Amino acid sequence: MIHFVLLISRQGKVRLTKWYSPYSQKERTKVIREISGLMLHRGPKLCNFLEWGGLKVVYKRYASLYFCMCIDPDDNELETLEVIHHFVEILDRYFGSVCELDLIFNFHKAYYILDELVIAGEIQESSKKTVAQLISAQDSLVEAAKEEASSISNIIAQATK
Amino acid sequence: MGSQGGFGQSKEFLDLVKSIGEARSKSEEDRIILGEIETLKRRIVEPDIPKRKMKEYIIRLVYVEMLGHDASFGYIHAVKMTHDDSLLLKRTGYLAVTLFLNEDHDLIILIVNTIQKDLRSDNYLVVCAALNAVCRLINEETIPAVLPQVVELLGHAKEAVRKKAVMALHRFYQKSPASVLHLISNFRKTLCDKDPGVMGATLCPLFDLVTIDVKSFKDLVISFISILKQVAERRLPKSYDYHQMPAPFIQIKLLKVLALLGSGDKQASEQMYTVLGDVFKKCDTSCNIGNAVLYECICCVSCIYPNTKLLETAADAISKFLKSDTHNLKYMGIDALGRLIKISPDIAEQHQLAVIDCLEDPDDTLKRKTFELLYKMTKSTNVNVIVDRMIDYMISINDNHYKTEIASRCVELAEQFAPSNHWFIQTMNKVFEHAGDLVNIKVAHNLMRLIAEGFGEDDDTTDSQLRSSAVESYLRIIAEPKLPSVFLQMICWVLGEYGTTDGKYSASYITGKLCDVAEAYSNDETVKAYAITALMKLYAYEIAAGRKVDILPECQSLIEELSVSHSTDLQQRAYELQALIGLDACAVESVMPSDASCEDIEIDKSLSFLNHYVQESLEKGAQPYIPESERTGMLNISSFRNEDHHEASMHGLRFEAYELPKPMVPSKSPVTYTPSTELVPVPEPSYSREVHTSTAVPSISNSGSTELKLRLDGVQKKWGRPSYSSGSTSTSESSSQKTVNGVAQTESVSTSTSRAQATSSFDLKKPQVEISPEKQRLAASLFGGPIKTDKRPTSSKVVKSSSHATEKPPVAKAADTASEKSTPVQPPPDLLDLGEPTVTSSAPLIDPFKQLEGLLDQGENVSAPNHGAVNANKASDVMSLYVEIAASGQSGGAVNPVPTNGDDMLSGLSGMGIRTASPGGPAGSSPLSKGPNLRDALEKDALVRQMGVTPTSQNPNLFKDLLG
Repeated sequence: MIHFVLLISRQGKVRLTKWYSPYSQKERTKVIREISGLMLHRGPKLCNFLEWGGLKVVYKRYASLYFCMCIDPDDNELETLEVIHHFVEILDRYFGSVCELDLIFNFHKAYYILDELVIAGEIQESSKKTVAQLISAQDSLVEAAKEEASSISNIIAQATK
Repeated sequence: MGSQGGFGQSKEFLDLVKSIGEARSKSEEDRIILGEIETLKRRIVEPDIPKRKMKEYIIRLVYVEMLGHDASFGYIHAVKMTHDDSLLLKRTGYLAVTLFLNEDHDLIILIVNTIQKDLRSDNYLVVCAALNAVCRLINEETIPAVLPQVVELLGHAKEAVRKKAVMALHRFYQKSPASVLHLISNFRKTLCDKDPGVMGATLCPLFDLVTIDVKSFKDLVISFISILKQVAERRLPKSYDYHQMPAPFIQIKLLKVLALLGSGDKQASEQMYTVLGDVFKKCDTSCNIGNAVLYECICCVSCIYPNTKLLETAADAISKFLKSDTHNLKYMGIDALGRLIKISPDIAEQHQLAVIDCLEDPDDTLKRKTFELLYKMTKSTNVNVIVDRMIDYMISINDNHYKTEIASRCVELAEQFAPSNHWFIQTMNKVFEHAGDLVNIKVAHNLMRLIAEGFGEDDDTTDSQLRSSAVESYLRIIAEPKLPSVFLQMICWVLGEYGTTDGKYSASYITGKLCDVAEAYSNDETVKAYAITALMKLYAYEIAAGRKVDILPECQSLIEELSVSHSTDLQQRAYELQALIGLDACAVESVMPSDASCEDIEIDKSLSFLNHYVQESLEKGAQPYIPESERTGMLNISSFRNEDHHEASMHGLRFEAYELPKPMVPSKSPVTYTPSTELVPVPEPSYSREVHTSTAVPSISNSGSTELKLRLDGVQKKWGRPSYSSGSTSTSESSSQKTVNGVAQTESVSTSTSRAQATSSFDLKKPQVEISPEKQRLAASLFGGPIKTDKRPTSSKVVKSSSHATEKPPVAKAADTASEKSTPVQPPPDLLDLGEPTVTSSAPLIDPFKQLEGLLDQGENVSAPNHGAVNANKASDVMSLYVEIAASGQSGGAVNPVPTNGDDMLSGLSGMGIRTASPGGPAGSSPLSKGPNLRDALEKDALVRQMGVTPTSQNPNLFKDLLG
């Protein structure tokens, strides 16, 4: 299973963290420090895998952002690499050519998307279309709510004029 | 959205994110976040906060927590938000609590009720949100509260809900298997769900269930096979395709399950062969996901009952992996090789050079994986090369976790395959010296026992040689600074027992050394206890032998120091020593007999020698003894006694007798090992050939026992006692032994063999001329076993061109290293790495936001068509150039006009990624759109400007398209 997902920028800044196994806040900080120390200093031609404290870390760099997942020792690394890519493709489709800035400001949306893809550390849906449908269903609800809110506020605004 | 800013949040929040982006150091970031925490603490308790505002506060809390700070003051507000009726807010609430709370948090009890309500909701999105939370938050105690509802949701109309319900049940199973065991039939049902997503999700719990109990799922073999067949034949909806592979993630899961079901089951395995062959054939090896499936196939084939044809296919796939240029595939190849080697041990030999390349690769990950492979293929013929390499590597790393692992592997291999006692002691010394505190204490005890008991052989000379070589090596090592405690204990014990046995060293010399140790490690009581007991033994032997004992002054002061020690244990030992020195030779002889650590101490448990005394006392009117069990109103003494006993065994020397060495019955050993050999699904083909090792090797390598136990009963056969092996094998053994032990001898041996058999072909290593002789020698020593023929091509090349080869190596090596060095310099063909050089130089300097703000006006000036152009660039589909599609031919169909050369593309793309507002941005990319891209991107661009974040060439990274 996936123990955690980290998105870390090249400068070592945390962009997203999702923990599927219990880690205390202190442990989390330590994990992030250790992994970014290992990962950011690796050359471009080396493996995308790291052995780390009995577990395996699979990472991939997209532009200046590192996506990294920690998995069990008997999991399939290449598959995990593709899970990462799958996630990035879904993000790309959702944001429209996703860039790091999108994730910085919309980290909560990235969380929602990740929740549709991976649940409790296992990949739950491998169809991009299905994930996209679910997300857009949720978003349409959000839009509806917003329109409602704005129409009400418009009414109020007009009434108070 | 106007006033809210571009991304739906307030200016305040955007400012926060921006300032974090601008922070130059971790401490600055921390300061900003601490300020934010203060603000939020104040704001969040204000009365009548509008809900939308509250939602933003919660998201800000998530941000704070994500950056590693404590936001626990706001948890309760997130919990409250889950109670809200609006899905929008509820979703945010659930997101926050799943991120904040671990399953054992107290607040969870407040959410359970909400979850229960939401699981009953009519809106499937609400149910989904609740199920997400269930997966993260429900713990063992709260499972019963939601279980019935979750089970009911397995029949929900929406497939998304069914899928999440399955995943939730899987989570329950992980938390508390008993809670869902009665639901196994439900999993069987959902496996047949018409939605592939639900079916795929069901494979997760089924995999776990099958792992625990294979037998009760054998009936599903047919179903899994037919599903896999359908998937491979592209019967699933197109949307499950991923990079032209049909539902690869589902395929991988299925292969994992099949591997479990087919393991050791011939009948089940036979049903799988056809479909596995199909999947093998259909794997697209030019893309990463294809290789992932292929790797899983190899794993499956190596687990199930072996099939020659499939094994060949797997071996071919492995050699493709190993010959690949990318490290990832090499890594997978090495791993797969390690799996297959259990079934067909000869497969490694054809890949020897690839393996050695990986071993010497600068990439640590690959190196470790290769060590794992070597560990699996260790035999008595190559053990010293492998273990020496492992130890060298162990010394060079700092990672304690891995150090421990590799140290215990060294110990295990040395114990199983050591070619000679001397080598064994030396190896163990190295391991203890460099990783002594990391290895299990049992290893030290076993080694002591081994030295004491010898190897169960009859003649004592080998044993005493072993001991004196141990003593000698320890005396050499003892002066080294900062030895691990465990190692010192062992040294003290051995010196005490055998320091003076061979008469080479005088007692005063050894005692002096022991005193030095006690002094140098005066903080370590255990070491001191070992040292003083060793002193006692040495003096005892001297007295018993009738020699005069002079106690060195430093020794005297040590005894005095210890007799007033805080530790009663040390005190007792010191007093015992003093008392012993005062005794006469005869008494000492019986108290401390020489070399008696293996003797049985007979204990008269009934204390019959006291009978007389007891009788007398009773006659004088003493109370008779009442056994503990018959006494009333007394404390339970036995528990005290146990503790006492425990403590006694905790520190200090073991005074109780070691086990008696088991009588050696070589013919029995296969019988002894049967439980472990059962784990091996297949009898290894090498059994007949390597008679002398086969009994122990396969069973040990497969037993998977982590217990570090010396197998004293197996040792004798392997440690060079040719009398047990048949004539023919012993000759092959001896010659191969030579190859291994003396590196220099390798060539001579291989020469003869290569001349003898010049027929076998070896197409694999065509570019071999460049291979340095050192490497070849290593290969020969690693792989060259009894099977000489396979080694021939390597060595024959050396021989044929021996005159060149011997002179050439520096050149060849230089070429090697040169090419190695030059490779990293070349711009990597990785799409995403191209921006690197500029990034590195500017990274610390760039201020992603500040410089942009000034450009706001300019940004507004930029005309719409310009935007269009820029975005069109951005939109050009780069995804198809996804780097992992290693073969450049694959990308031929891509949009980019220059598809073959990755670098060219990159330079174009990196420019595009920058999304500059400068007119006439990078040209040459076709404006092919990807999804709703163009408009989105336009909007995004505009929004970004509104927020005051203007893209410039100065901070390309944040704006760079992640996929291009």
